[in-house]
Amino acid sequence: MRSEHILKVDNLVVGYEEKTVIHDVSLEIPDGKISVIIGANACGKSTLLKAMTRIITPKSGVVTLDGEPIRPMNPKQLARICGLLPQDPVVPEGVTVSDLVARGRYPHQKFLQGQTKQDLEAVTEAMEIMDIIELANRSMNELSGGQRQRAWIATALAQQTDILFLDEPTTFLDINYQIEILDLMADLNQRKQTTIVMVLHDINLAARYADQLFAMKNGKLIAQGAPNDIVTEKLIMDVFGMKSRIISDTVSKSPYVIPIGRHFCDL
Amino acid sequence: MMNHLENLAFIEEGQKKRKIRYRIVEAVLLLLAIILCGLMMTVGNTYYSPRTVIQVLAGKDVQGAAFTILTLRLPRMIAGITTGFSFGLAGSVFQTMLRNPLANPNIIGITSASSAGAVFCILILHAGGSIVFGGSILAATVTAIMIYLLSKLKKYSTGRLILVGIGFQALMNSAVSYFLLIGSEKDLAGALRWMSGSLNGVQMTSIYLLLVAMLICVPLILFYAKSLKILELGEESATTMGVNTNKARGILLVSSVVLVAVATATTGPIAFVSFLSGPIAKRITGHGNSSPVIAGLFGVVLVLAADMIGQQAFAIRFPVGVITGLLGAPYLIYLLIRMNRHGEF
Amino acid sequence: MKTQNNKKNGRNSFREQKLFLPKHFLITLLVIMVLLIVTVVLSISLGSRQVTVNEIIDALFHPQISEYGVNVIRKRIPRTFFGLLCGAGLGVSGVLMQAVTRNPIADPSILGVNTGASVFVVCGIAFLNITTPSEYIILALLGSTLTSVLVYGIGSMGKGGATPMKLVLAGAATSAALSCIISTVMIPRSYVMDDYRFWQVGSIGAGTWSYVSLLAPFMLIGIAMAIGLAPALNAMALGDESATSLGVRTGIVRICAALTGVILCGSATALAGPIGFIGLLAPHLIRLFVGGDLRYTIPLSALTGAVILTFSDVIGRLLSYPGELEVGVVTAFVGAPILIYTAMRAKL
Repeated sequence: MRSEHILKVDNLVVGYEEKTVIHDVSLEIPDGKISVIIGANACGKSTLLKAMTRIITPKSGVVTLDGEPIRPMNPKQLARICGLLPQDPVVPEGVTVSDLVARGRYPHQKFLQGQTKQDLEAVTEAMEIMDIIELANRSMNELSGGQRQRAWIATALAQQTDILFLDEPTTFLDINYQIEILDLMADLNQRKQTTIVMVLHDINLAARYADQLFAMKNGKLIAQGAPNDIVTEKLIMDVFGMKSRIISDTVSKSPYVIPIGRHFCDL
Repeated sequence: MMNHLENLAFIEEGQKKRKIRYRIVEAVLLLLAIILCGLMMTVGNTYYSPRTVIQVLAGKDVQGAAFTILTLRLPRMIAGITTGFSFGLAGSVFQTMLRNPLANPNIIGITSASSAGAVFCILILHAGGSIVFGGSILAATVTAIMIYLLSKLKKYSTGRLILVGIGFQALMNSAVSYFLLIGSEKDLAGALRWMSGSLNGVQMTSIYLLLVAMLICVPLILFYAKSLKILELGEESATTMGVNTNKARGILLVSSVVLVAVATATTGPIAFVSFLSGPIAKRITGHGNSSPVIAGLFGVVLVLAADMIGQQAFAIRFPVGVITGLLGAPYLIYLLIRMNRHGEF
Repeated sequence: MKTQNNKKNGRNSFREQKLFLPKHFLITLLVIMVLLIVTVVLSISLGSRQVTVNEIIDALFHPQISEYGVNVIRKRIPRTFFGLLCGAGLGVSGVLMQAVTRNPIADPSILGVNTGASVFVVCGIAFLNITTPSEYIILALLGSTLTSVLVYGIGSMGKGGATPMKLVLAGAATSAALSCIISTVMIPRSYVMDDYRFWQVGSIGAGTWSYVSLLAPFMLIGIAMAIGLAPALNAMALGDESATSLGVRTGIVRICAALTGVILCGSATALAGPIGFIGLLAPHLIRLFVGGDLRYTIPLSALTGAVILTFSDVIGRLLSYPGELEVGVVTAFVGAPILIYTAMRAKL
C-alpha cells in the first residue's frame, strides 16, 4: 500500500532576490516518522518547508525524493507522494466542505475524468479521520477556525500521500484544537505510517509529538535528533535566546521547557 | 457517528444534490437562450412566423423575409450568442484567477485597448467594418503582449499584474479621450455607438473570426477548468496538489484575453457581462463552485435579452451595451447591499 | 518617535527605518522642489511662442509694458499657477482617498467624483443648453458633491458603517450606473457629444487669475484639513479597531477625509475638467521614497502632483506645437510608464 521514501535536502541555499534565508542546509527526513522543524520567527523554517515542497526554487543545492531531484518531476506525480497544508490557505467563497476535500483528489484524476469510486472513498475516509463528516454539506465560511483547519487537513489527506507537510497547522487555534489536530496527526502516522513533516512554533508541543526534531536558527540547521536527545537548556538558549529549565513532561515523558524570564527566575 | 458505508452515502448524496442543481440551472439557461434566439429571429419591425424563419434558414427564398432574416437578424443573433458566451466565460475565469469579485478583463486594460484601437480607426481613419475590427484586435494584442512581457520580467504576482494593467488602462482611456477630441464630428456618433457595445451591423467576417477564436479558446478553458478550481485555492496549495501553475495560469489567462479581445472587436465592449456573469453563476448554482460554463450561458441570455429590450422596449433603439449597463448597475448595488447585510465587509 | 531597533519582534526592520529616516524625506523634498522650480520655469518660457528673458522680466516686474510676447507670458503665469494648484489638490485628494478606502491604487474619482460631474454636465448640455464656463463649473461641482454623498451613503449602509471595501464597491457601482446614464442621454442626441468631448478632456488652458482665485481657497483649506487629519489617518491605516483603541473617532475622521478629498478633486474637476491619474500616481511615487506616514506624504504628494500636472501641460504644449495637447490626455502618457516602471521594480 504505502512505499518507503527517502526525502533528502542537500546543501540547500534559498532566498528571495538579494536576501538569503537558508544557508547551506542538509538533512534527511526519516521515513514513516513525525518530524518537526522548530526555530524562532523568521529563522527560515517555513521557507525550508516551501523549498521541500517545490513552492520555492532554491538558489543552489537540491531536494531529492528517492534519489531524484524534485524540481523536474511531473507535478501530479510529485503531488501523489507529497501533500501540504499551507500556512494561509485561500478559501474560495461559499465552497462546501466536501467539495473542497474532493479537490484534493486532483493529482489522482486523469485529464477529463470525473469522480471515481476511489475518489469518493478517499474523500470519505479523509473526512472520517478528521471527524468532519457531519459538516460535509456546510459552507466553509460558516465553520469555526478549528473546523476549517480540519477541512483543509482533510483535503491534504484526500491526496493520500505518503508524506504530509504541515506549515504551522496549530497557529490561531485554541489549545484543545491544537492537541486534537496533533493527536490526529499522530494517529495518521501510526495507522498508515504517513511521514509527517511539521513546522511548529510551540517547542513543547513539538517535543511531545515529534520523533525527530530539526532546530533552525538564522537559516542554519543547528541541531537534529530525537527530542529527548537534543532539547537542552543550551539549545533553547541558542534557538530562542531564552534561559530555561528542562523537565520531563509528566504526561508524555517528553522534555518540557520551562521559560525563565525576569519576573519568574531561578531562586 | 455513522459507519463508513453510511458516510459514503451521505457524502455522495450531498454531491449529487449539488450536481442536479447545476444541471437544472444549465438546462434552464439553455432553454432561455433558445427562446430568446427564437424571439430575435421572429420579432422585429416585421413579425415573421417561426415557420417562415425556418423556411428561410432552410434555403427557401421567401420574398422580403429572406433579406431581413438572413442579413439582419441572423448575424445579430449569432453575434449575441458568441459574444455573450465569450464575455461571460472569460469574465468568470478572470475573477476566479485574480481572486477578486471586482476583477474583470478590463482591469488589465484589454477592453480599453480594444476601444482605443477601434475609436482610432473610426475617428482618425474614418474607416468602418473590418478595418475597425482589425484595429481593435491589433491594439488589444499589442497591449496584451506588452503586459505579458512586462510581467515576465519578474516573479508573477497578481498585484503587479493589476498595477501594470491599470497603467495601460489609463493610457488607453487617455488615447480614447484624445481621439474623441480631435475626431471629426460626423464620426462621433459612430464611435460612441461602438463604445457602447452594439449588435447592429456586425460583420459576418468578424463573427467567423470570433467563432474560430472560440473553437480554440473555449475547449482550452474547459480542459483547464479543473486546474482553475485548484488554482483558486492559492499558489501554494495548487503547486503541491500537482498543478503546473505557470502553464495552467498562462493558458487560462491567454485564452480569456483572446476571447475578450476578439469579442470586443466584434461588437464593442458590452458593459457588465464579463463582470456580472461569474458572480451570478456562482449564486444560482449555489455553494460557491465557480462555473465557467454557466457564466458563459448566462452571458448569452443577458446579451440576447438586453438586445431585445434595447430594440423593442423603447421608442429609441438603444444598443445592447447601454441596456446591460442599466441592468448591471442596480444589480451591483443590490450585491453591495446584500454583502452589507451579511456583514461580509 | 518609534524606537529604531525592531529586530526583537521580527518585523521587517528596514521598513521601519525608512519611515524613520528624515534623510530620505529631505532628499525627496529637495528633488521635488528642484523639479518644481524647473517645471515652473519651463511652463512660463516654453510654448507656441518663444519668449526671451527680457520679456519674462518685463512681464514680472513691469506691468505697464503690453507687448505680445509679454502678454503671452502674463497668460502663462496664471495658467502655471492654476496647474500647480490643480495638481496639488489632486495629489492630496489621492492620498486621502487611498487612506479612506485603504486601497493603494485608489484614484480620487473612486467615490464617483468624475462621473458625477460628467453626468451633470452632460445633462446640462442636453437639457439645459448650458454654454458658459460658470454654468459648467456649477453643474460639475454640484454633480461631484451629490454623487460622492450618494456613494458614501450607499457605502455606509448596513453593519459596520462605511468600510473601505464597501466604499470602493459603492463607488464602482455608482460610476458604472452613471456612465450608463451618460450613454443613454447622449446616444439619441449626438449634438451633446460635440460639446461634451471638449469638457471631458481636462485642460488648464483656461487658467486665468480669476480661476486661480476661485480655486485657491478650496485647495488651501482642503490641504490644510488633510494635514490636520494626517495623524488620525495614520492610526486608521492599522485598522479601525486599533485606531479606536488609540482614541481616534474613526467615523468622523473618515467622513472628514472623504469630504476633503471630494472637495479637492471636485473643485479641480469643475474648473479644469476631469484630469485622471495624478491622484493615483503622486501618492504612489511618494510612498516608495518616504513610506506611508501621511504627515509626510500629504505635503509631498501635493508638490509632486503639482509638478506632474504642470510638467504634463508643458509636454502637451511642446508636443503639438503650434497647437496644444490637453493635459488630461498627457497625464496618462507621462504617468503610466512611471507607474508601470515602479510596479516592475516593486517587491510585490
